[in-house]
Amino acid sequence: MSDVHQRIQELVDAHPVVLFMKGTKSFPQCGFSNAVVQILKKEGVSFETVNVLADPEIREGIKAFANWPTIPQLYVNGKFVGGCDIVTEMHNAGELAKELEAAK
Amino acid sequence: MLSTTDLKNLLVQALPGATVEVSDLTGTSDHFQAIIVAPQFRGKSRIEQHQIVYGALGDRMKQEIHALALSTRAAE
Repeated sequence: MSDVHQRIQELVDAHPVVLFMKGTKSFPQCGFSNAVVQILKKEGVSFETVNVLADPEIREGIKAFANWPTIPQLYVNGKFVGGCDIVTEMHNAGELAKELEAAK
Repeated sequence: MLSTTDLKNLLVQALPGATVEVSDLTGTSDHFQAIIVAPQFRGKSRIEQHQIVYGALGDRMKQEIHALALSTRAAE
């Protein structure tokens, strides 16, 4: 296991809801990252964010971690939930709330 | 530079029998949207369906394609 893989694993383990994104919660720097932040705020869940723009190692490492080439990436209870499209679909279908309920 | 036709052809080649609609979201040939209905998606989760698409595009996701909004569904 590489160091970056381990760092990501520790972040995912430490926070029930963690979003790897471009920018920060208060200043997202990508429309897709912003969309997921807004959804999580609507869901009323507390969540941690990791700014991949501030950490090039995680920015690359996260893609291999979930076998997922794009950012943002949402993890709930240690499990990869999806990127912007999937999170949006799940939110609209009411499935995300169930997923997040387990993390409260 | 990748046209919507190029991207559509790549996806149809990787997913024989699929119905694929591609649009260029920004007119800059690097932010795309794809709606894909494919028999290969049967029995797969959303994450797995998107992974199949990303796998088909390989390194293009790191280079020509900056963003790809995806909507996937299994063909009946």
